[in-house]
Amino acid sequence: MSNATKISTNRDILGASALRPDGAAKVSGKFEFSSDLHAEHMLWGATLRSPHPFARIISIDFSAAYKISGVEAIITAQDVPGKKTYGLIASDQPVFASEIVRYVGEPIVAVAADHPETCRRALAAIKVVYEVLTPITDAEVALLPQTLQIHPDGNLIRHQRIVTGDQDLQGDVIVEGTYEMGMQDQAFLGLEAALAIPDSGGAGVEMYVATQWLHEDQKQIAACLNLPLDKIRLTLGGVGGAFGAREDISLQVHCALLALHTSRPIKMQYSREESFYGHVHRHPAKIWIRHHATRSGVIQRIESRMVFDGGAYASTSSAVLINGITHIQGPYKCSNATVDGFAVRTNNPPCGAMRGFGVVQACYAHESQMDKLAVACGLSPVEVRLVNAMVTGDKLITGQVVESVAPVARCITETDSIAMPAPLAHDANALEIVGGSGLTSLPHNIVRGVGWGVSIKNLMYSDSFDDFATARCRLQDGVVHLKYATVEVGQGFVILAPQIARSVLGVDEVVIDPVDTRIGSAGSTSASRQTWMSGGAVDGACRLVRQRLFEHVGKLHDIDPLRLVIEDTDVVDMLGDFRISVIEASTGVLFEETFEHHHRPTEELDANGQGNCHVAFAFVAHRAVVDVDVELGLVKVIQIATAQDVGRVLNPIAALGQIEGGIAQGLGLAVMEEIVLDNGKMRNPSFTDYLLPTALDAPEVVAIMIEEPEPQAPLGAKGIGEPPCISVTPAIAAAIRNATGRDLPRVPIRPQDICL
Amino acid sequence: MMPNTEIYNLRVNGKNHEVRDAWVGESLLYVLRERLGLPGSKGACEQGECGSCTVIMDGQAVCSCLVMAATAIDAEIKTIEGLTPDGELTEVQDAFITEGGVQCGFCTPGLVVAIEHLLDNNQSPTEIEIKEAISGNICRCTGYGRIFEAVQTAVATRRAAR
Repeated sequence: MSNATKISTNRDILGASALRPDGAAKVSGKFEFSSDLHAEHMLWGATLRSPHPFARIISIDFSAAYKISGVEAIITAQDVPGKKTYGLIASDQPVFASEIVRYVGEPIVAVAADHPETCRRALAAIKVVYEVLTPITDAEVALLPQTLQIHPDGNLIRHQRIVTGDQDLQGDVIVEGTYEMGMQDQAFLGLEAALAIPDSGGAGVEMYVATQWLHEDQKQIAACLNLPLDKIRLTLGGVGGAFGAREDISLQVHCALLALHTSRPIKMQYSREESFYGHVHRHPAKIWIRHHATRSGVIQRIESRMVFDGGAYASTSSAVLINGITHIQGPYKCSNATVDGFAVRTNNPPCGAMRGFGVVQACYAHESQMDKLAVACGLSPVEVRLVNAMVTGDKLITGQVVESVAPVARCITETDSIAMPAPLAHDANALEIVGGSGLTSLPHNIVRGVGWGVSIKNLMYSDSFDDFATARCRLQDGVVHLKYATVEVGQGFVILAPQIARSVLGVDEVVIDPVDTRIGSAGSTSASRQTWMSGGAVDGACRLVRQRLFEHVGKLHDIDPLRLVIEDTDVVDMLGDFRISVIEASTGVLFEETFEHHHRPTEELDANGQGNCHVAFAFVAHRAVVDVDVELGLVKVIQIATAQDVGRVLNPIAALGQIEGGIAQGLGLAVMEEIVLDNGKMRNPSFTDYLLPTALDAPEVVAIMIEEPEPQAPLGAKGIGEPPCISVTPAIAAAIRNATGRDLPRVPIRPQDICL
Repeated sequence: MMPNTEIYNLRVNGKNHEVRDAWVGESLLYVLRERLGLPGSKGACEQGECGSCTVIMDGQAVCSCLVMAATAIDAEIKTIEGLTPDGELTEVQDAFITEGGVQCGFCTPGLVVAIEHLLDNNQSPTEIEIKEAISGNICRCTGYGRIFEAVQTAVATRRAAR
């Protein structure tokens, strides 16, 4: 349910709930995911992984594996012709471990064989002798000076402070807490998969892969293969969800290496268990935070110490850390701050990007604090948040001024205006009652709770990264062809791009060319950035083509091109009677333009954490209503009310899908999803043991989209992918606290946290 | 070639398929996808938890990842590819598109098969019956809201067509 109005038009322009062009293929099983790809004479690839979190490799013996019929290749670190390591920000992760393994699941060997079962048998026949070392699995321990450094780059991936304002200020009201968050998995449905086809003579590789960022993959693969960039050609294989987990390399280099090694096409596809080992996760974090405030609840100063466990390799940990510390104030005014943040290397599984990227952790801490502050000051959860709500023009603790539209108070009040759900009916179906069909919950043990969460999220990349996207538009005979490398992971750029072209150019027929590396980079589908960045690039390219079209029409008909506009599907003279359809005007003529959209530059933080490190911000509020069986510790989320600052709604149905989907993931983190680690080993790398929200766990979602167009954004629209999953987690936690009276400083909240 | 291979027949979407030289340990999902050219059923968990591989086997919705293909020789199997003649969409498929029930689409074929099975057995399911029927199908993108809408729309369309 949402307030977004459907634009009444028969044309699928911006603002309409235009339908996805890939919809028919996806509902009928015809859409080609990367795991569906095949090639003649292809082999299957598979990876041998470390069973130990920290160990020295003494020897690797694959003589028995080679004797298995059907095994065509076995490769190790020695077979990597180029760079032996890769990584998104720092190149610190070995393609194959050769001396030391630093986490459970680290790749050591890859094999190619005629059947997945042959691969499995070959891996089982490989003998690796290890000298097992004592793993460092506690981030705080890893930081101690006497602790063994588990990697040549050290145990500290990045340290950053934010020091601003009065460092001695003591508030009349002081509240503090230490909050923890477990490791969440992105758990996309479409497992990692790729098909690599070698060029004859080993000159290069054609790859079809499910990724978030084709050009970054290309760069990293080329470096490891020691081949020029243009010899590694990537085409997007259909992507079954991503949520951050496909930003890092997983099987790409292994698959390309096996293809070159065997001179045959290689298909690799992870199992679910291997997927848990094979991609990065959301950082577990421990956050201590103290708020100083006036008696009326006005925040005066924040002190915080944030520790993010990055696992064995750096991935994007340093950027996650910057996001965490720069968002610890939440969407609230604050002038004085002392924040210390650490991203730490341990022998836990590597962590990197996941929807919300460091802000999820910060938000859980600051929102838990806001409720403590409310109690200390005698305010309601809504009042304390309204008292402190940030507005456009406020200065962040980094010194950056919030130039974005910042309707924080409106997000809160509009969420508050949403009707509460009906009380649990005395004759409710067992499946609607907490505990479910087992009929385990007794009505008198069920307590309803309400909780709040509000968040701020940066959009696009930060910290001085030159973030851009490229798109090409061709118009001929009334048909537009769009070319870009923007990855569709399900978010809907595949429909947004044609909507933009139709709006700008007055055409109806838009063809999207293959998404590959035969054009400039679009950057990653992450950081809520593609509507803004690739949307800006498509918009820019279409506008350039429109200008060319107007010049052409103006010349032919002797009209000043500046007088021409697009009206519906026609080129029209604003000051005269002239009118020609875009189809007719472009018949037999080709207009082609390429556009790169760059957002404004950002800065690195200085030693005191000062600098304009972010581009723009989006805001959202969530109110959660839960039923808790206080005796059994079971929770059912009944309703999530939300008002989200979206700038402008470009496709109401797609926007609502992002909001509802993000809420489900935040719900998962609040009450069910955690990779349970036991001394570095995952105890639940399967969908049987890693619990995901099902249809019966999905709450009623009531969403309001707040439309205040963002002046900086090319289309007026802010990214909407990440905010929905950020403050819903603390809202649910707060609702459970409200129902139980428990402190609950850690998510996910487990039954034993509530009832023991 | 793998040891322990067999030749057997499967009846899928009303057609007989000969499966040649197949390792007897292969799941029905693997054989459908890799040997019979029917990749519409998806694999995402290999444990019967996510429902992406749902097919109809002798009138029952089953996870094809949990069925050994060689044990399905006497069964009538229907997959996502067999729901309609090529190029046509069922009410459920159409509603998934119009109501925004599709994002990445990986869970979609399994969900469509599970919902077709529900509606074939229950023409007017309640909200809770719908939720229960698809609670074995995990969707990570949508949060299920648009999928519930799609089922309601499909129910209404089917009812109007009767």
